[in-house]
Amino acid sequence: MNDPYVARSTRLGTCTLGGEAIIITPSDSHLYNLNQVATCIWEAADGQSRISEIVEKRICAEFEIDRETALADALEFLTDFSAKGLLLTSEHPVDPAKVAQPFLEDTNG
Amino acid sequence: MAELLDRIQDRALQLDVLLNLHVDITYRCNERCIHCYLDHDSRDELALSELERVFAEAREIGTLFLTLSGGEPMIRPDFFPILRSACALGFAVKLKTNGTMIRDAEAGEMAKLGVHQVQISVYSDDPETHDGITKLPGSFRRSLDAINLLRDSGIHVVLADPLMRANIDDYRKVQTLAEELGVAFTFDPTITPMINGDLDLSNQRVTRTALRQLYQDASLVGDPAEFCRPGAPPDNLHEQVPCGAGHNAGYIDPNGSVTPCVQFPYPCGNVRHQSLADIWRHSPQMLEVRSIRLKDLHTCSSCDLVGGCTRCPGLAYMEGDMRGPSAIDCEKSEVRFSRVPSPTLVQISMGGQL
Repeated sequence: MNDPYVARSTRLGTCTLGGEAIIITPSDSHLYNLNQVATCIWEAADGQSRISEIVEKRICAEFEIDRETALADALEFLTDFSAKGLLLTSEHPVDPAKVAQPFLEDTNG
Repeated sequence: MAELLDRIQDRALQLDVLLNLHVDITYRCNERCIHCYLDHDSRDELALSELERVFAEAREIGTLFLTLSGGEPMIRPDFFPILRSACALGFAVKLKTNGTMIRDAEAGEMAKLGVHQVQISVYSDDPETHDGITKLPGSFRRSLDAINLLRDSGIHVVLADPLMRANIDDYRKVQTLAEELGVAFTFDPTITPMINGDLDLSNQRVTRTALRQLYQDASLVGDPAEFCRPGAPPDNLHEQVPCGAGHNAGYIDPNGSVTPCVQFPYPCGNVRHQSLADIWRHSPQMLEVRSIRLKDLHTCSSCDLVGGCTRCPGLAYMEGDMRGPSAIDCEKSEVRFSRVPSPTLVQISMGGQL
């Protein structure tokens, strides 16, 4: 899959802290602290968007980075996180019931 | 991992984000532990729909670690709908239970829902001693069965050993039992005063001699010399907060009352009348707790053990002054950091033999 739909896995503990996503897995209690770019992908991974759309509409819009570099980085992140079971990839849009709830706006302030 | 967790907790503390929320969904219990600080006559508990709203509000303000406890939380007929609601929102859910109501089906459902951790108290390796503390015959066997079922379901289980006079001699054997069961072990010699402020439970606390023995046991504390070395007072004493209560941690009781911690019963509001976010951000009581720095502790700030003391502001509050010392913690620190007595001149009369 060169340009899959991306969805957040369910059954994970998640929150945002200071604009960065924190994820904890129930199986081994592994903890992840995503940087802002990875957090951006995570938030946009609603199962209805392809990775290329996320890169164009979110990453390139919010960070100073060219599309090719951003897409290559995003695919690398996607490979890593889908191997860990944290993100799902699919050739088709993913049933919203099988996608973890999105982060709400960071309202910690 | 531990370092990252510490960093995240510290960040939440600096930002005053309610990262850790403890909710007691009932005070009712099928055990009657001799050291328990609760009044089990629990009425007017938050309903499932109210808890669902509170969970959603907690999610909005950044909670990640949600502890569900009691009483015995599984005594509620709607326990699994409550648990399902919490897990679906993306919390890392920790459950504190005595495990006596867990069978195959319950363990399997918890694993399926993605419960992150289940903590079960085991007081002794001797069933009679354990059941003598819980006052529930057969509870030892049932708690151990639950631990086995949960572990086999792939859930991270912690065996907790609250220490008191009735079981202090058994902790090593309980530690070995945890190893044999293949689960984590933790201990705690703190006996919390009754939630109504009654300090009568203090007669269950372990003696200073026993406490000293615990603090010298490498299997519990790592390097005793390091553990018992008093740290230097922090450089930024004026900016240090006493603990995470009211900063990155909060508590909700079965009736919806919000306090800074389960062990800090200072009412800050009720989720039946206000949103959790409103209480967390604007409650005068919560803001008061949040404003306290180590420099504001009238006795502790000048104590030479302030660098290593694990003073609990909630215990201090229950003893009468949230800015004062806690006698319970003073004793712990005195024992933990006891110094070698100063050399004294010993004079012996030799009766003119020299």
